[in-house]
Formats: sequence, structure tokens, C-alpha cells
Amino acid sequence: MRRVPPTLIAGGVLVGLVIVAAAISLIWTPADPGHVEVSQRFRPPGDAFALGTDNLGRDVLSRLMVGARNTLLIGIVTVLIAAGLGVPLGGIAALYRGPFEAATMRLADVLLAFPAILLAMLFAAVFRPSTVTAMAAIGIALVPVFARVVRGAGLQVMEQDYVTVARTYGSGQLWIFAHHLLPNVGSVLIVQATVAFAIAILAEAALSYLGLGAPQTTPSWGRMLSEAQSFLSQAPLLALWPGLSIALAVLGFNLLGDGLRDLLDPKLVERVAAQA
Amino acid sequence: MALHLVNRLGWLLASLALASVLVFTIVNILPGDVALVILGTAATPESVAALREQLGLNQPGWIRYLHWLAGVLHGDFGASALSHSDVGPLIVQKLAISGPLALLSAAVAMALALPLGVLAGVHYRKLPGAAISALSLIGIAVPAFWAGLLLATVFAIELRVLPAGGFVDWSDDPLGSLRSLILPALALGLVQAAVLTRYVRSAIIDVQREDFIRTARAKGLSKWQALRGHGFRYAAIPVVTILGIQLTSLLVGAIVIENVFVLPGLGRLLFQSVGNRDLIVVQDLVMLVTAAVLIVNFLVDLSYRLLDPRISAR
Repeated sequence: MRRVPPTLIAGGVLVGLVIVAAAISLIWTPADPGHVEVSQRFRPPGDAFALGTDNLGRDVLSRLMVGARNTLLIGIVTVLIAAGLGVPLGGIAALYRGPFEAATMRLADVLLAFPAILLAMLFAAVFRPSTVTAMAAIGIALVPVFARVVRGAGLQVMEQDYVTVARTYGSGQLWIFAHHLLPNVGSVLIVQATVAFAIAILAEAALSYLGLGAPQTTPSWGRMLSEAQSFLSQAPLLALWPGLSIALAVLGFNLLGDGLRDLLDPKLVERVAAQA
Repeated sequence: MALHLVNRLGWLLASLALASVLVFTIVNILPGDVALVILGTAATPESVAALREQLGLNQPGWIRYLHWLAGVLHGDFGASALSHSDVGPLIVQKLAISGPLALLSAAVAMALALPLGVLAGVHYRKLPGAAISALSLIGIAVPAFWAGLLLATVFAIELRVLPAGGFVDWSDDPLGSLRSLILPALALGLVQAAVLTRYVRSAIIDVQREDFIRTARAKGLSKWQALRGHGFRYAAIPVVTILGIQLTSLLVGAIVIENVFVLPGLGRLLFQSVGNRDLIVVQDLVMLVTAAVLIVNFLVDLSYRLLDPRISAR
């Protein structure tokens, strides 16, 4: 039994906190997150409102909890898009080699030159800004990360004797992909997914801050920050909570990735830092 | 080396071409929208048809693509659909803000990250190393625009020593312009420094395990002498790679931070053009940033070879 890395525990706690807050918000929040009560605006943190109220008298804690849902949703969908496209591409590149590999990797290199936020702004201009365009853009921007990692680890797997044996038995490429390649890149993928999750949270927060992400009706941490910006002199704390939530969530996923990498397989994993 | 240079240059051009095709295709996925955007509510079927003809929208996509490409290569970026002003001069004008902002942020990041990273790497088993390491991990998680809001709260609203936003033109008041850039550059630079510190630290840790450092130490050099004489140049290789990647995130960070501090730079222009669906400007700016990223990657690749002759010998 390997020792559990402390980063894994710290990351797990932080990520767990976000998940629990999101889950609880499905059945209960301290107040209605959308309820406008102008007489209660800019209330300081206290008994009635744990973290105070915003410029429209809405309960900040409730909005943060519902915002956690948005953050998790974006992260999950983005990672699914990125992995869903990137894993098969990287896998096929490792399996078939040759011109397909060269073409895929070249495309991945070019796609890597499009930062997530830039691609999201391009999508927003063409398709109109929404949560869906933001998720699609960030997801596509992260495809090369997965494709490269799977190809890199896949190439190592293909060199192994058991793959040669499987080939001599007449196993098809798909069989080798599913039974030898995927299980072997699994740990790399899990680590990569946590890092991608962190990138997605940062990118989406920036987009929502710019008003190019979550719609006005959905509480999101990024949008809460942009609303808070107009009232920095009256209520500076309003800009503290959502930013802290973003930072803790990103820190949580980064720590989780670090910890998982140490726990699962320190050799195979290529580390890509989470940056939007 | 010469062959390699030609080879890399070829890849750079191919990548630029591919990127331009991607950008053009995405922008032109919904045909005809540009004419509708320009005319807005005043659009009638006849006026839309006339404008489409005038803008050349009825030509096949690949002709319009080549037209755009030829223009860009000649410095003609087309005209904004809304303001009708040429995009080329607009970009030059905005660069006078975005360029200094990026440089200033990079300077902040390096001034912090290089000493801190080296310190954390040399003492990585001791308290200062662990403290710097933990701090940088937290710094990576902080969105630059939030750092900007916090800095604005403290320095602009509470202490009132620096402006919270806006920009006076360089020609009017150079010192004032510089003052407007300090907080945004700090916000961007601090976050970048966190990432960079981690890479410098691990590069320094790695280099200390190299045989040539052990030999230098065995010769009687101190830890610092060995690093100064032999280690830093070697450790610079991974750091230069990261600097390239950093520049990308710096450009993107600048897009967001310019909007936090209402700086009329390229990022602000891109954001406004997205909001106005001014697709020609968006297409040009996205291509510009992507080209910058590709060219920086190319330069990073070349600089490796200068830093480490062994790579080019291979």
C-alpha cells in the first residue's frame, strides 16, 4: 500500500467542498439565489446572510453555491469533449503511425496555438455567446492536450511485448486499443483530466466575467465578479468571495492532479500546468 | 543547423497557413451574416443582396479566403464592418497599449520568478523552498482578472495612488499612461510569476542532480559557484520553453485584463468586436494572436539550439 500523498488529500478536500456545495444547492440554499430585495442590498456578512448580500440584495452564499454547479458542469462537459475527441485521435495516431499520425499531431500543434479564451471569443462572435459555445470552444482547445498525452503514452505501450503477442494472435487494432492501450494510459488520462478541469474553470470564469459565458440568469462566479466590480468602493467583499471560490476550486483540481500523479504512475505523466 | 532552420521555417509557414484556414472557416461558417450585421434592423432583402455583392460575399469561399490572405500579407487587414475604418492602422494604434502592457507584465513575472525559483530550487528541502513552492501553487490558481480587481480595490480605491482604469494617450501624458499600466501589469505579472517560479524551481532541482555539477562540486566549487558556472545555462533550456508558452498566456491574459482596467488595447478591441459581431476585426485579431503564438514557438525552438549545442549536433 503506497502512502497517500498529502496533495491528494488537500485537493480531494477542496474539490469535495465544491461538489458538496453544488449538491446541497440542488435541494437547499440559505435563501433564494435569484430573489431580489433592494431594501437588503449591500448587507455585510452576518446572521441573516452569512456572506452578505449583493447590489440587488441577493444572498451571496446561495449564489456561490449555485455557481458551484455551473463551474462543475462546465468542467465536466469540457473535459468530456476534450477527452472524447482527443483520446481516439491520439490512440489512432499511436496505433497506425505513418501519415495519419503526422497529420494529427501537426493539427494538434496548430490547435495548441489557439488559447481556449481566444477560441471561445471567436466562437462567441460567430455563434453568439452562451454557455454551450464557451464549453465547446474550451473543450476543442483542450483536445490537443489529450491527443498528445495519449499518443505519447500509447507509443510506449505499443513497444511492449504483450502488444506484439496480441498482434501475432491476430488481434485487431480496435481490440488492442481497448484492451492494451486504454488501460495503460488510464492513469495519465485521469491526471490530465484534473488539470484540464482546472484550465476549464479558469477559462470559463474569465469568459463569464466578460459576459461571454453563463447567461445573466445563471449565477456564475465569473459573472458575480464582474457585477461586483461596479461596487468595489461600497462593498469590496463582494469581489472577494467569488474570486476565492474560483481560486480554491482551481487549486483543488491542481492539487488533486499532482497527488494522483504521485499515487498512480510518476513515470508516464507529462505535466502541463493549468493556465487559461 | 541551416537545414534544420529551413525545415522549421517550412513547418512554421505550413502551421500559419493551416491556422488561417481554420480561422477563416470558423468565421465564415454562417454565410451572409456579415451583411445582415452591418445593415442591422434597416436590412431589406434588396439592400442585403446589394451589400453582399459589394463585399464580394457572393464569391466562393476559397476566393474570399485568398483575397483576405493576400490582403493580410500586404498589410491590408480589411475594414471594420461597423466603423468602416481600416483594421491595420487600428491594430498598430492598439499595439501601443497592449505591447508595453505585455512587456511590463513579462518583466514583473521574470523579476519575481527567476530569483524566487532559483532560491526555491536550491533550498527545495528546506523551509524557504517549501514556502515559495506553496505560494506559487496558490498563485497559479488565482485568475489574473481577480488579482486585478483586488489590486484595484487596494491601490486605486482604498489608497488612491493609482488609477482603477482608463488610459491617457502616450503623447498627452507619458507618465500618466505608464501609471495606468502598473496595476494591470502587476496583476498579470504576479500570476505569471507563480507559474514561472515552479518551472525555474524544478529546472534548478534537476540540474543539481547532473553529473557535471557533482564534478564541479568535487573540484571544490561551492553550490552557488557550481550553479553560476555550469548550472544556470543548462537550467535555462526548459525555462526558455516555458517562457514561450508563458507569452501565449500573457497575450490571452492581456485580453481579459485590458477589459478589467478598460485599457483601449487589442484585447479591448477584440472584446468589443465580439460584442458587435464585427467579424472581420475578430478574424484579423484572432489570426494575429495565433500567428504571434506560432512565431514565438518557432523562436523558442531556435533558441534551444543556441543554448544547448548538443541538440543541434543531433
